[in-house]
Amino acid sequence: MSKQKATAIVAEQRRIAPDIYDMWLLTDLAKEAYAGQFIGVYPKDGARLLPRPISICEADREGGRLRIVYRIAGKGTEEFAGWRSGQSVEILGVLGNGFPIQAAGGKQAVLMGGGIGIPPMLQLAKELKAAGGEPIIIAGYREGQLFLKKDLEQYGKVYVATEDGSAGIKGNVLTVMEQEGLAAEVIMACGPMPMLKAIKAYGAEKQIDAYLSLEERMACGVGACLGCVCKTTHKDGHSHVNNARICTDGPVFEAREVDI
Amino acid sequence: MNTKVKIAGVEFKNPVMTASGTFGSGMEYSDFVDLNRLGGVVTKGVANVPWQGNPVPRVAETYGGMLNAIGLQNPGIDVLIERDLPFLAQFDTRVIVNVCGKSVEDYLEVVERLGDTEVDMLEINVSCPNVKEGAIAFGQKADCLYDITSRIKKKAKQPVIMKLSPNVTDITEMAKAAEAAGADALSLINTLTGMKIDIHRRTFALANKTGGLSGPAIKPVAVRMVYQAAHAVKIPVIGMGGIGSAEDAIEFLLAGASAVAVGAMNFVNPYATVEVAEGIETYMRKYGIEDVAELIGGVKE
Ligand SMILES: Cc1cc2nc3c(=O)[nH]c(=O)nc-3n(C[C@H](O)[C@H](O)[C@H](O)COP(=O)(O)OP(=O)(O)OC[C@H]3O[C@@H](n4cnc5c(N)ncnc54)[C@H](O)[C@@H]3O)c2cc1C
Ligand SMILES: Cc1cc2nc3c(=O)[nH]c(=O)nc-3n(C[C@H](O)[C@H](O)[C@H](O)COP(=O)(O)O)c2cc1C
Ligand code: FES
Repeated sequence: MSKQKATAIVAEQRRIAPDIYDMWLLTDLAKEAYAGQFIGVYPKDGARLLPRPISICEADREGGRLRIVYRIAGKGTEEFAGWRSGQSVEILGVLGNGFPIQAAGGKQAVLMGGGIGIPPMLQLAKELKAAGGEPIIIAGYREGQLFLKKDLEQYGKVYVATEDGSAGIKGNVLTVMEQEGLAAEVIMACGPMPMLKAIKAYGAEKQIDAYLSLEERMACGVGACLGCVCKTTHKDGHSHVNNARICTDGPVFEAREVDI
Repeated sequence: MNTKVKIAGVEFKNPVMTASGTFGSGMEYSDFVDLNRLGGVVTKGVANVPWQGNPVPRVAETYGGMLNAIGLQNPGIDVLIERDLPFLAQFDTRVIVNVCGKSVEDYLEVVERLGDTEVDMLEINVSCPNVKEGAIAFGQKADCLYDITSRIKKKAKQPVIMKLSPNVTDITEMAKAAEAAGADALSLINTLTGMKIDIHRRTFALANKTGGLSGPAIKPVAVRMVYQAAHAVKIPVIGMGGIGSAEDAIEFLLAGASAVAVGAMNFVNPYATVEVAEGIETYMRKYGIEDVAELIGGVKE
């Protein structure tokens, strides 16, 4: 199935932590949605034109349902939080490349999600487990509202870090690696830029492949506008100027490929 | 019913094109639309050598529109010729290459290279507000615009469209200068220079500070400028600025545009180009219009 703008139906939505919402959408786009990919969600407010990029948290391919978990960050996501089941909404997808499941083949994968970077780890853990792996999942939260922790536990061992120490280990995802004496053979991560930079450095030091999901402001979401680029270490085949498009060449990049 | 239009001797199957920089090289949107159904595809601005473009953030949403400061990132003319033109050649649509440069020599080099290609027309971007040197300077002074237009016309093998900036005091003066220098057609408007500030972080929304405003928010300004330009010159005008529906497009045609282009609204509705083309036909049927030419400049004075 190629990319589409499609009408989806809100199946259910609930608040799972302060300002964090969990929404299931009925859509055929689910049939070809994979971990690390994302959709563009359009606000209904006609003055807000651009699709909001939101990661796939879970894809129920048989049931034709997509789950997204998002934080209210501005007016668009604030509007989404008011959507009720049965309502029809416009989405663009499926966008982006996704995490390379085969790169974890036979290796101990450690998944690291920070804050609103945790949701894509759920579909990723599910796919890795289905492929025969036993992923270790480290979820870094700001405070003790451990959204998605129970869901994640279905697919691997979950460790928790909180910035304020109110649950799990006080610190970040890398503090957990150290304090729990964990070893990774491949890392897959999504979260805020400082976390991704630290993981890139950690991967380089330990010589492990680390796949990072990056974020940037987007307009088209399909590779046409060149709005969402990140610096790459090699000239990529498309731009010829060390600028990969996060929406189409990413959002997932091997850490060595990107200059972050 | 005839939807064909002719611009500088080039026939388009319908008056709907893509606005440069919003449609990649056509490839990116070919998942969504059958390019055969478009009058023409206008490619992203291309220079003689690859350009890095500006740092991110490069885009920001604004009320009913968006700002961009891509900075004309492009892979250079070699890649366009090797990769993008063969792709576009598979389709039955007109191909217009948008050309940018930092000096007149840069522009001339690209125009010369395109001379031996199958490209149907050239669109010269002298109006990008997002590049520090060159580009817009040529488009904001009538004598500079005259100079660059006449030099390009001497080298160009294809008809030349000069793309005008709206960031000028008098659009008719610019339109007349381009016409006097031999331009075959005009296109307008490029983006309006704007700015957005994040009040919580106290930072500019764009790394470049300023960016070009496009989308529905600029449409009334664009319609006015297209009307003025079309009435100031005899050469055809291609209208753009906030077009997302057939109704929008028809406004531009009635104002005097011979064709229209869809830009930022592709991001909102990736099917917009084809829907605009179909909607124009529906309108023509509804009002019993035999030839789209009847609409061009058809507003009652
Ligand atoms: C690939 C990708 C996946 C993402 N996945 C998720 C997710 O699963 N859950 C989640 O809560 N958030 C996610 N985000 C961030 C999310 O896109 C923004 O929080 C959201 O766009 C904010 O929209 P708004 O209208 O509420 O904010 P506003 O600030 O009103 O938005 C204004 C404009 O800025 C853009 N924008 C604002 N913040 C961001 C940001 N951080 N990243 C990109 N664009 C932004 C908006 O899309 C919009 O165009 C993801 C971002 C990317 C790039
Ligand atoms: C992301 C983006 C990139 C653009 N790049 C170019 C470009 O390379 N060359 C050019 O002449 N105009 C460029 N433009 C301007 C558009 O072609 C068009 O003139 C303008 O956006 C107004 O139309 P719209 O409101 O329909 O977008 C760009 C516009 C946008 C939004
Ligand atoms: S958002 Fe347009 S190229 Fe990525």
